Amino acid sequence: MKIQQTAAAGTMESSDIMVTISPSSGNNIEIELDSTVEKQFGDDIRRTISETLSELGITDAKVQAVDKGALDCAIKARVKAAAYRACGEESYQWGGAGK
Amino acid sequence: MSEIRLEQIPHLDELGHLDRVFHPEDILKNSRTLREREKLNNKIVPSLEEAIRLSGLKNGMTVSFHHHFRNGDYIVNMVMDKLAEMGFKDLVLAASSLSDCHAPLIEHIKNGVIRRIETSGLRGKLADEISHGLMDVPVIFRSHGGRAYAIETGELPIDVAFLGAPSCDPYGNANGYSRDEEGGVMCGSMGYAKCDAQYAKKTVILTNHIVPYPNAPFGIPESDVDYIVEVPAIGDPAGIMSGATRFTKNPKELLIAETAANVIEGSGRFKDGFSIQMGSGGASLAVARFLREKMLRDHIKASFALGGITGSIVDLHEEGLIQKILDVQSFDLRAAESLKNNRFHQQISASYYASPSNEGTAVNQLDIVVLSALEVDCDYNVNVLTGSDGVIRGAIGGHPDTAYGASVAIVVCPLTRGRIPCVVDKVNTVVTPGKTVDVIVTDHGVAVNPRRKNLLKNIQDFGIPVCTIEELCEKARKIVGTPTPIEYTDKVVGVVTYRDGSVIDLIRQVKG
Repeated sequence: MKIQQTAAAGTMESSDIMVTISPSSGNNIEIELDSTVEKQFGDDIRRTISETLSELGITDAKVQAVDKGALDCAIKARVKAAAYRACGEESYQWGGAGK
Repeated sequence: MSEIRLEQIPHLDELGHLDRVFHPEDILKNSRTLREREKLNNKIVPSLEEAIRLSGLKNGMTVSFHHHFRNGDYIVNMVMDKLAEMGFKDLVLAASSLSDCHAPLIEHIKNGVIRRIETSGLRGKLADEISHGLMDVPVIFRSHGGRAYAIETGELPIDVAFLGAPSCDPYGNANGYSRDEEGGVMCGSMGYAKCDAQYAKKTVILTNHIVPYPNAPFGIPESDVDYIVEVPAIGDPAGIMSGATRFTKNPKELLIAETAANVIEGSGRFKDGFSIQMGSGGASLAVARFLREKMLRDHIKASFALGGITGSIVDLHEEGLIQKILDVQSFDLRAAESLKNNRFHQQISASYYASPSNEGTAVNQLDIVVLSALEVDCDYNVNVLTGSDGVIRGAIGGHPDTAYGASVAIVVCPLTRGRIPCVVDKVNTVVTPGKTVDVIVTDHGVAVNPRRKNLLKNIQDFGIPVCTIEELCEKARKIVGTPTPIEYTDKVVGVVTYRDGSVIDLIRQVKG
């Protein structure tokens, strides 16, 4: 999939993550993370975001994420939703269905 | 009257200071009325500056404060600003606790007005800066009982206590409410201030409300007070206490509370005349509600409730289910009003509450205490002081005192808060040693300290499923993952003491 436009998913509530995805200027995945658990889980969150994007076949994107302590399952869901919206893709492959 | 010659007294040298004879001209009869006397002869001084000057405070001395105004306190900042303005340096600030509202102290630390701090806890910006190495000398953290003990033994000598009071008469009888009028600022019990007033070399009361003598009942007696300063405001009522404590609707907290009430019932200690302390957190408050149903059902009454008192304890007292209340700190308006109006709601000092110097100390009479926690570890140690990021963000309070004193200490906490695990291998900071913690109640299961075999059997026989603390820890890890360890420098920023003053843990400066 290819990012066409800026799109977001998620909220700023506790235990959620707000993910905004837009087209990147280069050929890479650029992640800007602001997390309440940066010290403890910052690297894990960045890894989860890039893995989820690469599962969707996205290789270049600019991701802004504001995390309020979301669990991995919530991060994956928000990234996928934002990515589908940013790609203008309406045929969703949720969870294991895409594998 | 015969002429008195002192040398006629046999063994005069053994009888102390009998070195002068009474002369009527040495005394002056005062024939003024009470109201005239109150006006003309009293302990009120015209300004805070004057009170400080009269107190004899010098550089390097120790000033103390209470935290009954919680996050609405104006006293600490008002007095420290004045001390800075008067040019004092290197003071020791010994507060019973400090809150978010005390962030202005950062400047006084930077300018050398404050050299070191003793407190039960720190929060907000001040806590953050101290965690990141603001102070040269580490902060000493003491529990409420530990602080009373340190004051009594002289380990923490107080030169001048500056104590805010919602009412005070012209001679220093001070209290956390006023008997004369409705309304106004009130904080209820002044338990933590009592030891300061009693042991400080000089005690200054700051009040916005001077009432006629005698301000009875009083929390602090006039015999402990040297000077009184009238100030326009002592605190923000909204920050001092919430109006009414509302029961939680959070299903996680309700589940924890209901389980904790079942643990109490199954512990073998739920008998007529039992004693209990419950905290002010959402889950602890809800325990009272579930316990009430059991007490009504089984016709069981508690002999007393202790501690920080909330409206939910008052409800049970007024319903006749709790006979007496021992109140070191009133958490909400309902508790403060009950202290004023209910005869068997008794104000007690921090020493009476929890000092290890006294075998009869109230915490030692507890059957059950329900406590909260930031973190619990596999050795049952509890942290209520530092967050999962290593930054100070809490207070010891009476946690280690009540856990030690109560025959069953129950810690209630969620297994995870957001992505933060609350049951971990090792807590960041040990505040309460695992040897004194008996049951952990989470929303994912109950663990009983293996040191308490009979208690474990009672709880299992009652039908409550019990797992190991290691199982809870593993469950938390599965949900949130494994956190990256926090990075610290070698610098010690906080010394955590146990109730007897021994050092139980060190808090180091957080990197970055």
